Amino acid sequence: MVTVWYGLVVLCWVLYFVLEGFDFGVGLLSPLLGRDEHERAAAVRTIGPFWDGNEVWLVAAIGVTFAAFPGWYAALLSGLYLPMVAILLLLAGRGVALEFRGKHDDPRWRRRCDAVLAGCSAGVVLLWGAVLTAFVRGLALGADGEVVGGGLRRTVAPLLTPVAGLGALLALGMAVLLGAAFLALRTTGPLRARAGRLTRHVAAGGAVAGIVAAVVVAPAGAAVTAVVALAVAGALTGIAVLARRPAAGREALAFGLTTAVVAAAVVAALTANGSVVLPSTLNPAWSLTMDGAAATDSALRIISVAGLVVLPGVLVYQAWSYRVFRQRVASDRITT
Amino acid sequence: MGLDVLDLTRLQFAVVTIYHYLFVPLSISLSAATAGLQIAWMRTGDDRYRKLTLLVGKLLIVTFAVGVVTGLVQEFQFGLAWSEFARFYGDVFGPTLAVEGMLAFFLEATFLALWYFGWDRLPRGVHLATIVVVAVGTLLSAFIILAANSFMQHPVAYELDPVTGRAHLTSFRELLLNEVNLAAFPHTIAGAVMVGGALLLAVGAWRAWPRRTAPDDEQRHRDAPAFATLGRLGAWMTLAGGALTALTGDHLGKVITRVQPMKMAAAEALYSTTTGAPFSVFAVGRPGGGEPFLSIEIPRLLSVLATGDPNATVAGIDDLQAQYTAAYGPGSYIPMVPVAFWSFRAMIGVGMLAMLFALVYLWRTRRGRTPAPWLVRCAVLVPLLPAAANTFGWLFTETARQPWIAFGLSKVADGISPGLTSGEVLVSLLAFTAVYGILAVVWLRLVRHLASRPLSGPPDPGGSDRTDPADPTGPAADADLALTY
Ligand code: HDD
Ligand code: HEM
Ligand code: HEM
Repeated sequence: MVTVWYGLVVLCWVLYFVLEGFDFGVGLLSPLLGRDEHERAAAVRTIGPFWDGNEVWLVAAIGVTFAAFPGWYAALLSGLYLPMVAILLLLAGRGVALEFRGKHDDPRWRRRCDAVLAGCSAGVVLLWGAVLTAFVRGLALGADGEVVGGGLRRTVAPLLTPVAGLGALLALGMAVLLGAAFLALRTTGPLRARAGRLTRHVAAGGAVAGIVAAVVVAPAGAAVTAVVALAVAGALTGIAVLARRPAAGREALAFGLTTAVVAAAVVAALTANGSVVLPSTLNPAWSLTMDGAAATDSALRIISVAGLVVLPGVLVYQAWSYRVFRQRVASDRITT
Repeated sequence: MGLDVLDLTRLQFAVVTIYHYLFVPLSISLSAATAGLQIAWMRTGDDRYRKLTLLVGKLLIVTFAVGVVTGLVQEFQFGLAWSEFARFYGDVFGPTLAVEGMLAFFLEATFLALWYFGWDRLPRGVHLATIVVVAVGTLLSAFIILAANSFMQHPVAYELDPVTGRAHLTSFRELLLNEVNLAAFPHTIAGAVMVGGALLLAVGAWRAWPRRTAPDDEQRHRDAPAFATLGRLGAWMTLAGGALTALTGDHLGKVITRVQPMKMAAAEALYSTTTGAPFSVFAVGRPGGGEPFLSIEIPRLLSVLATGDPNATVAGIDDLQAQYTAAYGPGSYIPMVPVAFWSFRAMIGVGMLAMLFALVYLWRTRRGRTPAPWLVRCAVLVPLLPAAANTFGWLFTETARQPWIAFGLSKVADGISPGLTSGEVLVSLLAFTAVYGILAVVWLRLVRHLASRPLSGPPDPGGSDRTDPADPTGPAADADLALTY
């Protein structure tokens, strides 16, 4: 039962990282791929109707985590206090820059918003990557489930390791790939061509880097991880091949494969330690297990009902909204 | 008393939550107002309503964005700074927040985007339905989150685990149908309607009767009637919301007197148990209690407010303290009386002032009359009143719950994350304050900008292509303006 619950939690996080992943990617790519004001606007417009709905997956993920595993929610968030606060603030900057960008007819204002959007998107992605690695590696949890030590570095230190840095870069690469593949799928003209080219390059590079990083980050002896890494490398090669020619079908397939890669990476990170949800680096006995962190049956029953009844409905109407806005955004329109 | 971790953490909670709650009431009421205007347009075909629908919708969208990013912080807060609280009450709080996200926030976020970008993509009826869904979603989220808060005021539907001491939820239905929630929800919604109404009043008055109008400014002339309508709609909302807050507040007060007598005693600074207790409109008390040396009282009103019976006995702080010490062990169970006393009065006073203003405004603009310039100038500041009333209301609700985090179950001091250091909280508090400060300034500028532009309506649902660059006042220009891209 608890395992089923863990499955739902993982599902929500995967959906969050995949969905918001592409809008992070578009956010950080828009000033890089968009050559002029108009192209940048077109890039941002591709995620306009979706980013907020995507972000709610974070609300759902954290809510379900809290509901099913209050002990985990408490340990993870208080144990990574300052980084999580930073993520929240960067998300705030990003959302607001997205919404406020076009409200002022001043090129300087728009450039500034684009910079905030790109900077915050990149920052959030880097932090999430580092957090996920810290999560696989564990935190310096004491017997009470809190990170030990004092001072400002207490909750920042887990992210100041080379492995966390690698995780951050990996996440950045994936977000760029997702963003580029999405832009190729959703725009027309030069922007589409540039996004396609970027997809190809990043995928090819990622096929190599992915294997290396997965091997380093994974705890020794995890055979599953090795299989995943191989599959990822294969998928990335496939994406690189698909992105060679801009055709709608190929772009859709490339984007689909990219999301699969990201999903696999997130699943790997969240299940790397088996039934231990958050390892303690100090003493294995202090690690947080699924059972130890789980809520009671009554709470679990409520969210099972909610999850089974409500979430499928959410998926249906979100899919419908993607259908309503399936038309490509023109990037070669005359700038006004 | 220096600022220790607990004080800082409480301050941080107050700052970010109050901030969130400046925007939430607007989202609740503006989504309903947008839906109402769109229905009015579809039924009458009047072009004014069409233009106003888009304007109010735009105000809703920029407000909603701030509500979303600050709401996200709320969702994380319990784990970040209140991890002990999250562990012990996770069974109660977790499902509440999870269900809220799944049931309400997805609806709001997805359907608001569908509404905004869907003018030309959706059939008329479906398009109207999207904004109605948004409005319903905001009500749902308010109801569910208030259930979580009501649990802290009056724990229900739980069982304490004898081993771990954790609270287990026994029935989600009962949690939602907590009598405090049933009383607080309508009160909160009425308060929200006041804020949205006051904002529309301000925008309407400001644009219908601008102080500086160039005589040749045709656009302004054309828009004035629509804005006059908007101003009156806002005034009606403020008035109706005000009447409803009073009615529902009266009921809420009775419920709270029953479940948290200490809170209402503090609200009245009533130290000794009194039969036929008066309501003091104004009082200057002695620090540390005792009888006030200056006060204006309305005889027996408190007894009426608290129970509905002028001769009823209302428990005083001193008796309650003795009672609680006997029940829960030694310690002070008295909240900050001056804060409770004054925030309660400020909530009522400031809110009723807004209502009064709306009444005067409606009178002065009756049958197309032009109000005096001073009235228009004051109107611009009116939204501050109900926003302040809401803040005072929460300040009262939450501070007079002290020292309990969940009434009778656990104290605030036991809820904080044990490892947290004051340095960390100070950094995060400063960061939140700075970012939120910038956000507030940008939001204000944007609302002003949106409100000062000439009205332009959206295209007919099912109409022409939105991305038509040939028509600068058409939908494409609107899209750029409103949702930014
Ligand atoms: C525009 C806003 C507004 C106005 C005019 C009023 N209130 Fe209010 N009040 C709120 C906005 C509010 C609020 C912010 O929405 C609160 C905070 C918690 C809650 O449930 O509603 C609240 C709380 C609150 C509480 C405490 C509830 C608790 O502790 O759980 C009481 C007893 C009242 N109100 C009573 C009144 C009365 C008798 C009013 C006037 C005649 C009144 N309020 C006007
Ligand atoms: C509905 C959901 C809410 C929940 C679950 C909630 C929960 C909490 C918690 C856990 C604390 C910290 C413990 C404490 O100091 O008592 C707190 C404090 C506080 N909250 Fe709320 N709150 C909610 C809504 C609000 C709102 C909407 C406001 C204001 C607009 C508010 C104002 C405050 C204030 C001012 C404090 C500080 C009180 C003090 O420390 O003396 N709360 N609340
Ligand atoms: C302290 C507890 C609270 C938490 C954890 C919380 C959480 C959130 C979150 C995560 C969002 C963003 C939703 C999105 O992404 O679309 C949000 C928005 C919202 N919240 Fe809160 N909230 C709290 C207090 C309140 C209170 C007291 C109310 C109302 C009475 C409220 C009503 C709303 C509404 C109506 C929205 C949607 C409109 C908007 O975004 O402005 N919240 N909240």
